[in-house]
Amino acid sequence: MDLQTLGQLLNTTLVFSTALIFAALGGIFSERSGVVNIGLEGLMMFGAFAAAVGGYYAQDAGMGAWAPWVGVICAMAVGVIGSLIHAVAAITFKADQTISGTVINFLAAGSTLYIVKLLFDGAGETPLLDGFKKIPVPGLSKIPVIGEGIFNSYPTTYLAIVLVIVIYFVLFKTPFGLRLRAVGEHPSAADTLGVNVKRMRYIGVMLSGLLAGIGGATITLTTTGTFGHNTISGQGFIAIAAMIFGKWNPLGAFAAAVFFGFSQAIRNYVQLFEWSNSIPQEFIFMIPYVLTIIVLVSAVGRSSAPKALGEPYDPSKR
Amino acid sequence: MHRLKKIFATDSYIVPIVAIIMGFLVGAVVMLVGGYDPILAYSSLFQRVFGSAYDFGEAIREMTPLMFTGLAVAFAFRSGMFNIGADGQVLIGMTAASVIGIKLAGLPPFLLVPLAVIAAGLCGGLWAGIAGFLKAKRGINEVITTIMLNWIALYLANYIVKTFLLLPKQNRSEDIPASLSMNFLNSLFDNARLHWGTVIALAAALFFYVYLWKTKQGYEMRAVGLNPHAAEYAGMNVGRNVVKAMFISGAFAGLAGAGEVLGVFHYQSVFAASPGYGFDGIAVALLGLTHPLGVVLAAILYGILTYGSAGMSFGADVPPDLIRIVIGSIIFFIAAQGIVRWVLKPFYFKRKKEKVL
Repeated sequence: MDLQTLGQLLNTTLVFSTALIFAALGGIFSERSGVVNIGLEGLMMFGAFAAAVGGYYAQDAGMGAWAPWVGVICAMAVGVIGSLIHAVAAITFKADQTISGTVINFLAAGSTLYIVKLLFDGAGETPLLDGFKKIPVPGLSKIPVIGEGIFNSYPTTYLAIVLVIVIYFVLFKTPFGLRLRAVGEHPSAADTLGVNVKRMRYIGVMLSGLLAGIGGATITLTTTGTFGHNTISGQGFIAIAAMIFGKWNPLGAFAAAVFFGFSQAIRNYVQLFEWSNSIPQEFIFMIPYVLTIIVLVSAVGRSSAPKALGEPYDPSKR
Repeated sequence: MHRLKKIFATDSYIVPIVAIIMGFLVGAVVMLVGGYDPILAYSSLFQRVFGSAYDFGEAIREMTPLMFTGLAVAFAFRSGMFNIGADGQVLIGMTAASVIGIKLAGLPPFLLVPLAVIAAGLCGGLWAGIAGFLKAKRGINEVITTIMLNWIALYLANYIVKTFLLLPKQNRSEDIPASLSMNFLNSLFDNARLHWGTVIALAAALFFYVYLWKTKQGYEMRAVGLNPHAAEYAGMNVGRNVVKAMFISGAFAGLAGAGEVLGVFHYQSVFAASPGYGFDGIAVALLGLTHPLGVVLAAILYGILTYGSAGMSFGADVPPDLIRIVIGSIIFFIAAQGIVRWVLKPFYFKRKKEKVL
């Protein structure tokens, strides 16, 4: 494998990771506030759908290079609206959070395809979009391997990497982050100190919808170009895995997402290795998932989920 | 009669029924917004399911794996775990049944078929047991392991089918001689693919109920599910219960796989993506309030809705995806019972007044 291929592999890895990074970051906001979010899959679906439809109409209206951004904004809006269903059920009506998250997955799968068929004469897929173009960073893109790999990416990839750092800072270095985490660890203590538990949780869940929405948009606007029933197919669940794998920490989730992205990218390159011919491809596909389990088994320290995760907050119960 | 009245007065029965009605109403509103006729759509849905013997039989066929995976998810739920891996466990069960059904085809059917079914349940159980073991021994979240095991199962199943069972130049296994079909009934149902899996599923639901509520082991399992710390303090072995619960959960899912390959398709396909049985199972378990009787009823409802949705799109031109909105809304209203209670409030008020009088 030469250097250029290595750079391309890195680049493809980041393309596949980007959506997972956004969704996992979203999951962190929700779960750090104490609300389980099994609905990331559905929220990504909402985002992918909104980006495909919004982007298509914007492109149709002649917005050119701005059209994908319109798609992203639509995805953010629809993601937030979708997440509100979860928030109302789980926070206001104290529903089981796992269940209301599952509801999101169902409603998303149903409503997005229903609307797509309504808008596009019964077609199961949205029309093909142009989507984002890769933007080389002047100067930096000339560095061997890394230039090709990192500094010649889609704008969404740059945004994801910046957000990882920003969100890490927000969560661990700002009063807002402290309150959000407090609400997820010990809501009644936070309440005593004057933090509005319900409001913080609503914000956490809505941010998860916003970010997972962008994650879904990334998939339609950079890899598939359309939205159909197969567009998301399990990415949301992988994002949940990345979040848990990364111990609800943005940096950890980023590393885990890149790991899963790499595992998807390696498929396109594995034929380049001679030894790969002697191993059935199924086993190569399995590697990341087996490796995840092995890493989890050997990692020291039990799971570090927020303590109040999954518990509806009831002020009368101190 | 008095007892019957009492059953229907308890709101654990009223809430799901009202939730179902409200779910259908949401579906109707969505159809109206989309410019469709909801009455025509719903009537063609039910007409499709109950209109012919063949379709009715096929609807029952559709319900069967839903019962199994619903029971699987519900059983894990009762034991305090979330099994997202029913999908993989179904695949492993399918593969085990196919391997036994094809490789031991020389055995007489009365030996071969039970052997294949047992292998499916056992392998599905062991597959889920991995997640249970890792949770018990290392405290690893079962959500992440079952997701990973789903993918591993997909590739493992494909590898086994491709390497050992492949029908030359096809993307599926050879035909499986072992069969769970109920041939005597199938002619009655116009060759609908009814099979013994349905009976096994009902037996599994009965086992679920008896085991969890009538045995000491089941009591322990529910105790661990409700509060593992208290259970441990009471001297129960939490880890062992976790592994056992996941094993039983996975066994239910594995049996679904046996039903599909031995009863419906009579071969195993190479899957490009996960077939999705497990995710339907989550919905069925939640619709059924994770109670075995509820799961059976939920699987019937879910089966009718998904099988009938094709009729709905044929008769009223409504995209079949609408049915997922209906199912999602029903689960939403069941989960957020506060909304249903709020709708029912006037009725409750009336009843209380009667009591006072």
